[in-house]
Amino acid sequence: MTVTTAPPSQDERLVQRSFLTQLLNRPELGAVAGTVVVWIFFVIVAGNRGFLSLKGAATYLEVAAELGILAVAVALLMIGGEFDLSIGSIVGAVGMTITVLAVHFGWPLWLAIFASLILAMAVGYFNGWMVMRTGLPSFIITLGTLFIFRGATIGITRALTGRTQLGHLDDAVGYPLAKTIFAHDFVIGNAKFAISIFWWIGIVLLGAYILRQTQFGNWIFGVGGSQVAARQVGVPVRRVKIILFMMTAGAAWLLATIQAVNFTGSDTLRGTGSEFEAIIAAVIGGNLLTGGYGSVIGAAFGALIFGIVKQGIVFAGVDADWFQVFMGFMLLIAVLINNFIRQKAAETRR
Amino acid sequence: MSDNGRTPLLELRNASKYFGNIIALKDINLKLYDSEVLCLLGDNGAGKSTLIKIFAGVHQQSEGQLFVEGEEVRFNSPRDALDRGIATVYQDLAMIPLMSISRNFFLGSEPTLGWGPFKRFDHRFANRTVKEELLKMGIDIRDPAQPVGTLSGGERQSVAIARAVYFGAKVLILDEPTAALGVKQAGVVLRYIAQARARGLGVIFITHNPHHAYPVGDRFTILQRGRQLGTWTKEELSREEMIAMMSGGAELEQLSHELQQVGNSAAAGA
Repeated sequence: MTVTTAPPSQDERLVQRSFLTQLLNRPELGAVAGTVVVWIFFVIVAGNRGFLSLKGAATYLEVAAELGILAVAVALLMIGGEFDLSIGSIVGAVGMTITVLAVHFGWPLWLAIFASLILAMAVGYFNGWMVMRTGLPSFIITLGTLFIFRGATIGITRALTGRTQLGHLDDAVGYPLAKTIFAHDFVIGNAKFAISIFWWIGIVLLGAYILRQTQFGNWIFGVGGSQVAARQVGVPVRRVKIILFMMTAGAAWLLATIQAVNFTGSDTLRGTGSEFEAIIAAVIGGNLLTGGYGSVIGAAFGALIFGIVKQGIVFAGVDADWFQVFMGFMLLIAVLINNFIRQKAAETRR
Repeated sequence: MSDNGRTPLLELRNASKYFGNIIALKDINLKLYDSEVLCLLGDNGAGKSTLIKIFAGVHQQSEGQLFVEGEEVRFNSPRDALDRGIATVYQDLAMIPLMSISRNFFLGSEPTLGWGPFKRFDHRFANRTVKEELLKMGIDIRDPAQPVGTLSGGERQSVAIARAVYFGAKVLILDEPTAALGVKQAGVVLRYIAQARARGLGVIFITHNPHHAYPVGDRFTILQRGRQLGTWTKEELSREEMIAMMSGGAELEQLSHELQQVGNSAAAGA
């Protein structure tokens, strides 16, 4: 450290930043605190009805994992300043592609899974390309592709097979290996923990690493914070955004594959509504709707809250219809808390 | 300053710029040497922005020639200008408020550690470098990881200037860096402009505030309605002459005359 021109006034300026403020400045804080609160709440309400057991944990973790896989990619895209409303439709399209190719056309399962990955990448590229090419808000573009992909999935499936649901995926060549990788259950005690939980954890760690520790992660923050400023300093804005759209499509592909293998079949309506659930998880996790700020870990905790509430309500014996009401309120509260925290953090450091 | 022995860092000869049938700039001649601050003055619509966009590679001149260190060039993009060491700091686009200072500083040119797909952002290097570079300019930041949004407007401009200097800029173009700032904050930015000059850079400082231009400038070019009124050194031009010329002295006299009349008739009516 060189000699400062100003007198060493470290204390005067650092004392303002207490440990608490530092903590408050983490975008994921709200979601972590929320997770603790809802968990304790359901332990009190439903702890003696199985919520607190290993089996209880296995059920809410699996729900959290399936949403969480999407939420990680959605969070990265949101930090990059864009939305993907078509992600639920991509889940439906990929699941149906795998099942139609493997069951109706008799392809080996692995080939079908690989082909559907290529489809997902192409669809993600199309979303990103359209957004960058037209300059329209991604909200509009992907609202359009939400209907296009869903409609095409239903139309093509019905034209080929005459149905909208297709099973018997377990008869396909290569199913046992696919089941080990995508739908295995780990038995711990008397509970079965789905392998999707581990996929989720892996993807969260990967996403968090990319965002915080790589050059690409810095570009994500940059293009989300200010596209013009990022372009001016040489960030390839178009490429970054298209890759982010391909990543959300990739997450949809992984979830669809897990579900198709797990349920040994697909439904053309699978994934409906999950685009909004993923956005809710990301927002609860402290991700800013306008981009440029957020956290992958936060989105993971957002998904965990979602899982705990969805299953906790069942354990508590409350009608599951009330789940949506609860999540809606959680979303609103989360946004308010996030705004407050961000303001507070910025103020004290001025 | 502008002695004939040296090659200018940047030179524009007889440059004009047309947008359709609009003459934005006509017959501009400019030279910028190292270690000097050239102030570009003029009222709104005088052509200041168009002129710097030619230097920055955003626009191309319709007529005339552009030279960088004696070599004729034609910029096709802002990247071309950056590669020749010409950095432009725009008033509003300098920084991304929600990103940390060090992330902003290195955006687009991130330092990395490791190899291939395992390359990672070198946070330690970035934080240390930002702190050192800003100290060289006399800014002692508390924490390079704090969001740029927590900095004042003057500090933000200063960080943008420090970034340009660090990445090897020889020419620094500052587009109204003091326009939105209070008196004290503007003083901070003016000090960094002087610092950049002391480090050998050529600075083009765009402003329509003569009180910001006069203390820091070495030479002054005044634009009016797309034409160059002239270029003067500080010895040749007093502050008052400069102010008069900038706004068009006749117009200003007319204005004060009008205002006086308004005052008189108001007094008469009362």
